Amino acid sequence: MAAGPPYNLTPRQVDCSTLARLVPMDLTFSPAEETFRAEVRAWLATNVADPPLPSGDTAEGFAAHLEWERKLFDARYAVVSWPAEFGGRDASLWEWLIFEEEYWLAGAPQRVTQNGIFLLAPTIFEFGTPDQQQRILRSMASGAQTWCQGWSEPNAGSDLAGITSRAVRDDAGGGWRITGQKTWTTRGAFCTHLFGLFKTDLDAPRHNGMTYLLVDLAQPGITVRPVERLDGDDGFAEVFFDDAFVPDDMVLGGVNEGWSIAMATTGSERGLTLRSPGRFLATARRLIDLAREQVAVADTATRDRIVDAWIDAEAYRWQTFATVTDIVDGKAAGAASSMVKLFWSELDVRLHEIALDLLGPHAELVDGELAAWMKGYQFALSGPIYAGTNEIQRNVVAERVLGLPRR
Amino acid sequence: MRFAFTDEQLELAAAVRDLLAKECPPDVVRAAWSNADGRANQVWSALAEMGALAVMSDEARGGFGMTEVDLVLLLEESGRCALPEPIVDTALVAAPEGWVDGDASACVISPESPFGVWADTATVIVSIAADGVRVVPRSEAGLTARDSVDGARRLFSVELPEVAPVAPVAAAARVFRRGALGTAAQLVGLADRMVSMTVEYAREREQFGVKIGTFQAVKHHLANARTALEFARPLVYRAAATMSTDDPDAATHVSMAKVRAGDAAAQASRVALQCHGAIGYTTEYDLHLFMKRAWALERAWGDTSWHRRAVGRAIL
Ligand SMILES: Cc1cc2nc3c(=O)[nH]c(=O)nc-3n(C[C@H](O)[C@H](O)[C@H](O)COP(=O)(O)OP(=O)(O)OC[C@H]3O[C@@H](n4cnc5c(N)ncnc54)[C@H](O)[C@@H]3O)c2cc1C
Repeated sequence: MAAGPPYNLTPRQVDCSTLARLVPMDLTFSPAEETFRAEVRAWLATNVADPPLPSGDTAEGFAAHLEWERKLFDARYAVVSWPAEFGGRDASLWEWLIFEEEYWLAGAPQRVTQNGIFLLAPTIFEFGTPDQQQRILRSMASGAQTWCQGWSEPNAGSDLAGITSRAVRDDAGGGWRITGQKTWTTRGAFCTHLFGLFKTDLDAPRHNGMTYLLVDLAQPGITVRPVERLDGDDGFAEVFFDDAFVPDDMVLGGVNEGWSIAMATTGSERGLTLRSPGRFLATARRLIDLAREQVAVADTATRDRIVDAWIDAEAYRWQTFATVTDIVDGKAAGAASSMVKLFWSELDVRLHEIALDLLGPHAELVDGELAAWMKGYQFALSGPIYAGTNEIQRNVVAERVLGLPRR
Repeated sequence: MRFAFTDEQLELAAAVRDLLAKECPPDVVRAAWSNADGRANQVWSALAEMGALAVMSDEARGGFGMTEVDLVLLLEESGRCALPEPIVDTALVAAPEGWVDGDASACVISPESPFGVWADTATVIVSIAADGVRVVPRSEAGLTARDSVDGARRLFSVELPEVAPVAPVAAAARVFRRGALGTAAQLVGLADRMVSMTVEYAREREQFGVKIGTFQAVKHHLANARTALEFARPLVYRAAATMSTDDPDAATHVSMAKVRAGDAAAQASRVALQCHGAIGYTTEYDLHLFMKRAWALERAWGDTSWHRRAVGRAIL
């Protein structure tokens, strides 16, 4: 038998501690946010280069991109969500998402500073000393310092804890001497600095005994060899360390505490900060334009694929908005970022595959205006590999979101 | 921008979830397969009593005058337990228009969903057509029983007398969108249920001396199904919100929601069955109750490709 009504629909007493969560769902941006959007749009419309810059994963293109980064910085658009003292605008997460939507929609250049501003910076804000924040953040935002990510090694990819590059104490020098090799270092051949993990206690068990070091690449004892990527650019590098020096004030967080700090950074890479929905909405929009303006899509199968990709780009946007609302309410995103990574990386591949299918025999052209699709396709293919392969993400979703047993 | 439910909405959903967990466990759904009317009358009365059927009804008629946003989570819960009751047709389609009240139920048909579900016990038959909506007392309709793969869904071919529409074309479009939205919410609930019951099973069942949930093939199937669900849900909630504000794009939003909710439920059904093995292939085990409901709802109120094409017309 049903007992009495367990709930009645009369309004309840207001508890002030949960005030935000009494505010009804509202899918509009505020007038101030819309003004910000209009400003960003107008600035991009007059400043984005046409024709586009050469690829930032080449020496020549990298330099051109640094000029663009400087321009962004001077207009205070390089890092909108950062505090003003580091070159930002103290923008909210919502404004940052708006900026990103406009940025990618305008066809603005890839961000060659991204591994610094999106991956290292959140870690420096969280774990860095005030002195490190002063010395690094502003230079990073302006592009004066450029940062690459030194996680992977020849024998440590998915199994990052298996790294063997090590740092030994140099008491006389007041720092650490590093030896070993990093690999697949994106834009390592062009960057001034590297952040990475190094073994500082060889006897410690896995996941322990690693330290997060910030390394100046312009010094004796470091050799960088560019490695050509799938698309023909020198986007990868191998970085060799032979007794190179890292002063104590370039240790991020505690000695032997690098693993947990590094995990904070990989969280940013999987989720929100590196791959905002604006990117995929823009690609989806370009795909729709391609279908509408350049190739007649007669068959329903192809139409359906385009529709599905658009729905997914929208789904990603709204899933992000739900996540950001939670973050604003003080709730952490957690292991859900693994689902996010699976979703955007596979969506990106699909978007480009559809475009190539629309282009048919023109798809293979790597000259001319449409070449961006083949270029983009080759980059999209790396999404399921970097930032933790999608197989690893599925393991994480299964174990930490669903609660399936590890072994 | 605030894309979250209020605490109050979440509490109401939790209350309905508790009620349904208690009053509508799989045994009750199973009983509906073999009882006289395919329904769970006791659950229906409890829902009526707590006000769940009148969430969107006019205050003047004893309702709560609330919106799709207030109701959508309740409908998700009704999917989670495979509630054998016409809650979408009644609470989301007919009651807000004033076509039914109290614990009366409605049965809605349309060219996209021509069979009347639970028509023989409905108070009114609502027929959505290109020229408007007709509302006819059940006693005036000619009903011929048909059998559904979901034994609780009592289907009928419906013949209506010649009557004029009571609501114009615009209303027809609105109520159809509502029905599709509610069905999408139920599909999300069903998908969630199938994923979680399979996770439970995979944590218990052993083969080769270990829990099958330790096998990566099983993990990855479930991770994929869970991810599809994660990205279907916000589309459903967004559609509820834009329906509630009469956004001109709401129809497209509902179609997006129906497509992804249908796909997520389809994927969850396949994965759930595969990861259960033969036990899932029996009718003694509960999975089929949810799976078969999902098969039916994926194709009700405009099937997935119907809605996909609708989105295509809007964007291409
Ligand atoms: C474009 C690009 C840019 C990159 N940039 C950087 C960078 O800037 N800095 C940096 O440090 N690294 C970078 N990487 C490297 C990237 O982090 C690694 O490729 C990634 O961690 C996978 O390691 P791996 O390539 O050694 O593959 P492996 O780990 O050898 O994996 C090979 C295959 O085995 C699978 N596999 C491995 N372990 C498991 C498991 N436990 N369960 C199931 N399957 C498993 C993988 O999913 C994959 O399919 C980049 C990679 C790419 C493609």
